[in-house]
Amino acid sequence: MKVAITARGADLSSEVDPRFGRAANILIIDLETMEVETIDNSVTANSFKGAGIQAATMVHDRGAEVLMTGYCGPKAFQTLQAAGIRVVSEVSGTVGEALERFRTGEVQYLDSANAESHW
Amino acid sequence: MIISVASGKGGTGKTTVSVNLAASLETPLKLLDCDVEEPNVHLFIQPDEMVSRTESTFVPVIDEQRCNGCRKCADLCEFNALAVIGEKVLVFPELCHSCEGCREICPEQAVQAGSRELGTIETGSWQHVIMSYGRLRVGEAMSPPLIARVQSIIDPDDLVIIDAPPGTSCPAINAMKVSDFVLLVTEPTPFGLHDLVLTVEAVRQLEIPCGLVINRADIGNEEVYRYARRESLPILMEIPFERSIAEIYSRGGLLVEHSEEWRIRFSGLFDTINDRAALQEVGR
Repeated sequence: MKVAITARGADLSSEVDPRFGRAANILIIDLETMEVETIDNSVTANSFKGAGIQAATMVHDRGAEVLMTGYCGPKAFQTLQAAGIRVVSEVSGTVGEALERFRTGEVQYLDSANAESHW
Repeated sequence: MIISVASGKGGTGKTTVSVNLAASLETPLKLLDCDVEEPNVHLFIQPDEMVSRTESTFVPVIDEQRCNGCRKCADLCEFNALAVIGEKVLVFPELCHSCEGCREICPEQAVQAGSRELGTIETGSWQHVIMSYGRLRVGEAMSPPLIARVQSIIDPDDLVIIDAPPGTSCPAINAMKVSDFVLLVTEPTPFGLHDLVLTVEAVRQLEIPCGLVINRADIGNEEVYRYARRESLPILMEIPFERSIAEIYSRGGLLVEHSEEWRIRFSGLFDTINDRAALQEVGR
């Protein structure tokens, strides 16, 4: 199973980026092998509109089933839902710590967006 | 000839200038309120009858029978109005800028024309003036498409006065860019000057001649005047900060109907603009 976590840096020791669509990087972690794939999100982060939609599509394409991030807006959430990806929000600390919380089951899934739409 | 009345800062007196300029003349003209988020020209120019028309724009609707999830539409869309998850296309109509590129590029003809309501356009006649304004649908995020619809009644050789929205972003630029002359209304305050500078920069990029109207001319400081001198911007009119003017405005009245002196000043303002725009035309 793969988990996607938004990150300010490129490895497990970096801080979780609270933004989803405009996060610096998105790390895709394979829980079985602990392999980490770092997606540079700068193109999406600089998109004029709909960054969340694009980031959600990318997370789905990389095969992640869970997304851990700070905030997720309505359009991103709708896209993630369509892709069957569950969202853990208000995640802070390092990516490694977030992963640990996920492993021990200390997470709650979001049932609606937790941020306003941006214009 | 098309004259836009614009400002950076809101509340400087664009509408006061627009309606009085229009009312001071006798030749037939079109007065278009392009501040579709907050139209107010109709509070001063009140036709007996108004015709209302609803305006809509293209948004994609996906025929799921035909769509094979190839993603060409989503990859093309600059605004992420389309996303493909598996083989399912998600449409976000509120992000769509109606370029219809998705429809062009789809190899399966799976993109059909749907519509999103932009708002309404209200039009009526008052004396020598055809007045029209847009009213953006509550919840609609983009005003330029509706502004373009308001301007669609402009015919070549028309005399047009456009009341533009404030600011220097897309709505203001779209309202101004069709014009032959931009009349910038400002006030001699730090805020007025700050936003005037931004607007002058925008108008210069559009390469449209402009001039200033200084409203509430006897308040604030001298900085706007210094800036105008430095930048060789002509000051075409000054309106004093006077209680009687505010009273007429607050009742929805026209300055030029209350005072022959103001009628002469506003029609004179038009003559000046006409001369300056003509000079510019020769210069080209």
